[in-house]
Amino acid sequence: MAITTTKSAFWKGFRDSAPFLFMASPFGFLFGVLAAEAGLIVPEAFAFSLAVFAGAAQFTALQLMQENAPLIIILISALAVNLRMAMYSASLTPYLGDAPMWQRALAAYFIVDQSYALSIVKFEQEPEMPLPQRVAYFFGTNGLITPAWVIATALGALVGTRIPESWGVDFVLPLAFLAMIGPMLRTPAHVAACFVAVAASLPAAALPYNLGLIVAGIAGMVAGAQAELWLERQKIKAEGVK
Amino acid sequence: MSSIPAPVLWTVIIGLAAGSYALRFAFIGFMGGRPIPEWLMRHLRYTAVAIIPALVAPLVVWPAPNGGEPSLMHFAAAAATFAAGYLTRNVLIGLGTGGLSLLLLYLAA
Repeated sequence: MAITTTKSAFWKGFRDSAPFLFMASPFGFLFGVLAAEAGLIVPEAFAFSLAVFAGAAQFTALQLMQENAPLIIILISALAVNLRMAMYSASLTPYLGDAPMWQRALAAYFIVDQSYALSIVKFEQEPEMPLPQRVAYFFGTNGLITPAWVIATALGALVGTRIPESWGVDFVLPLAFLAMIGPMLRTPAHVAACFVAVAASLPAAALPYNLGLIVAGIAGMVAGAQAELWLERQKIKAEGVK
Repeated sequence: MSSIPAPVLWTVIIGLAAGSYALRFAFIGFMGGRPIPEWLMRHLRYTAVAIIPALVAPLVVWPAPNGGEPSLMHFAAAAATFAAGYLTRNVLIGLGTGGLSLLLLYLAA
């Protein structure tokens, strides 16, 4: 269905993003609860979600702060988790790159998994879509998710301050990470990256200053990239035989 | 659980906010239509799927609630979480399964 006006493009994005609410809200809530358990007060958890607006990176930083990791390691690790945002930014550029600077500057803040996934599919399906409508659609996809994420964090933090420490929620954060990993393993290269990172992380845990995480992360990243190259070469070979 | 000192917390929040924004703005703001090198894209694709498992593996093998000693209960809950998330491709089903199995194992123990 073709979109006719800029306004309707915004609302189309808004509606398309609705299913993602069921993902963003519980995760924002969980971040709030765990942040409160880690000693953050409600305004701190709220500011964290509003300023950073990136779930997995926020969980990573929270975990490492509790391990008393050095600042630089916390920042590098959490930003590494967010490197995919640069990839999203690059991949949206052909579609939104000609928009006015203030719109691009604002759009950058709103680049998250959900808005990227929805928008890139839409833009590829409808190459005729005019630029103002693309911009409107992109912002529309954030109309629900962004408020939901931030409000859910604040609510979670409110509840979290009331949960007694004896409930032992300190294994919930590892479980949250584990739940995130499964859906990430889309290709054999992703599996290779994950497997090598896990295998490297256990001996590397002996390194001081949580450096093991960086070492294992780099090992996994290189493994993923090499596996992708290798798979591509196998594919070319197989096609050559035919 | 130890409380995080305010200067550390705010440095992390501000640093992460600025850094994440820079990553998001990098291409859409500066690069115009120029393509990003393929080798760089190839590595960017695998950062999250490498860092997160590297972070979580030691937490599962040496779980903090058990004083850092390996525990079959926590390992089983972790395996259930991962398996459910992987099979359904749904983060919330994974998390729900893991939480539930942890609770059941805790009650059974």
